[in-house]
Amino acid sequence: MCGIAGVIHRDGTANIGAELTEMLQAMKHRGPDSTGYAVYGPDDDLVVIRFVLAEPSNSTGFGMEERLARNRLEVEARLAKIGAEVATVTSETGYAFRAKVRYSGELKPLADYLEDVPGCEVLSVGNSLEIIKDLGDAATVSEQYGLGSFHGTHGIGHVRMATESQVDLASAHPYWAYPFADVAVVHNGQLTNYHQWRRRLEQSGHRFQSECDSEIIAVYLAEQLTAGVSLETAMKESLDDFDGVFTYVCVTSNQLGIAKDEMAAKPLVLFESDDLVAVATEEVSIRTLVKREVETRDPYEREVLVWQV
Amino acid sequence: MASVGSRSGVAYDARGLVEPHAEMPGNIEIDGVRARFDAADLSIRQINMALRQLIYKDGISDVTVLNPASKHSLAVGILKRCRIHFEGSPGWFACGLIDGPEVTINGRVGWSLGENMMSGVVMVERSAGSLTGAAIRGGDLIVKGDVGARTGIDQKGGTIIVGGSVGINTGFMMQRGRQIICGNAGENLGDSMYDGAIYVAGKVKSLGVDCVPGEWTDADTEFINRKFRVHNLGAPPTFEKFVCGKQLHNYDSLEPSERKLVI
Repeated sequence: MCGIAGVIHRDGTANIGAELTEMLQAMKHRGPDSTGYAVYGPDDDLVVIRFVLAEPSNSTGFGMEERLARNRLEVEARLAKIGAEVATVTSETGYAFRAKVRYSGELKPLADYLEDVPGCEVLSVGNSLEIIKDLGDAATVSEQYGLGSFHGTHGIGHVRMATESQVDLASAHPYWAYPFADVAVVHNGQLTNYHQWRRRLEQSGHRFQSECDSEIIAVYLAEQLTAGVSLETAMKESLDDFDGVFTYVCVTSNQLGIAKDEMAAKPLVLFESDDLVAVATEEVSIRTLVKREVETRDPYEREVLVWQV
Repeated sequence: MASVGSRSGVAYDARGLVEPHAEMPGNIEIDGVRARFDAADLSIRQINMALRQLIYKDGISDVTVLNPASKHSLAVGILKRCRIHFEGSPGWFACGLIDGPEVTINGRVGWSLGENMMSGVVMVERSAGSLTGAAIRGGDLIVKGDVGARTGIDQKGGTIIVGGSVGINTGFMMQRGRQIICGNAGENLGDSMYDGAIYVAGKVKSLGVDCVPGEWTDADTEFINRKFRVHNLGAPPTFEKFVCGKQLHNYDSLEPSERKLVI
């Protein structure tokens, strides 16, 4: 199952945190295990790093508080060591953190250096992208992370029904396109040539945080984008390279794209107006955003569409 | 119009467990054999409960449901002759397993419209999602707009009419019945079909395994003209017919009960 959603405001910013929460909550029946967001706030000259230092299920217990505090200090020390000037580090949960830093270097060594800290996983890095994900439904995660007041131009979200990997943060969507700034992916479906592509991408130097097949899409697109391929072309090529049944949504700092596999086996509904594009697994999700009868359509097989902010 | 008050009370499912939201809506307007209610703030269970109460117990034969708001599984399993009108768009699995109703939908519909429909008519004014008419056994299912993938997959009877185009694997493994596609058809049309006929007015991206062009007969012309006339669809365009090449499977077209008689 799983449900995916995306929204893009072409006429400025909106409360996309609240909008995506409503869209995702309407699809809770498609996956109550975990919920995730990739939202784009105002772009500034600081880099936002979202990272976790423990899985929620392991975040409490004997000595855990001290270990999290120690590892947080280690992350801050490593940020300073690699040349990132830390502006703020905040946490809503005790195990998930948001750092704003001034940094102009390469992202891969930064992410790799931080993830060398025990328990650390970098969820996202970018000037405007923030990936927030946790266990539970959208209302729970939104309240936990204060997403009800997150304003931005566009974002995507995912409700997960765990089928082929665990119920944990590492397997929750969205996935950051490591190590490419401001790119994220949500996916509904199964990739049947996962191990083939994972081996291939690992040989190219990419890292994987999970056993989830969806992570392949993010890393695959990252490699294509790094090579200078456009998002639309990369997504079209992915339809030939990936086997299985899938629909996915990819976002960059100024684009949102959808891709459907050659069997059109996984659902997606599209609504488009002059100022708004909304996509979701089910129309009932879009109806939370546009509270009237709307003209929607199901993209056909092998259809790739990309919109600009 | 008189207003029917809330008919509350604790309801139990077949296991004896309490069903949530099992309270009849209090906003139903009844006028003779007609009724209407606004579904905007109702749960799926309440909408279906109201339909069943009105059609089966209150003798209502014509129900209008306003603002279905893309909710799933509406008007499923209605087994009585009646008229149901949706003013707005239902979600997935609408009108599945129906046997008798004439349903009009002034909106769009999600996936699996009319799945396993037995008889009656479903008329959709706009588009519909994938798996429309999956395993349909009888009746007429008409979508005036486009339809997604796998239209009429495993169709066992009845007629599916699409005013626009259809996606990949339309008519996959269909066994009986007819499909009339006024627009284009996606890849693998009629793949592995056993029997039945698919008429396409537009372009066919590709034919599926064992699906071949069929010989046009006067019966085909008469059938299409009659369907378009009955459902006020205007003048039919020119179609090409596709049938099973009967090379893929070693089969016959007998129902199990008929086969016993032959054997």
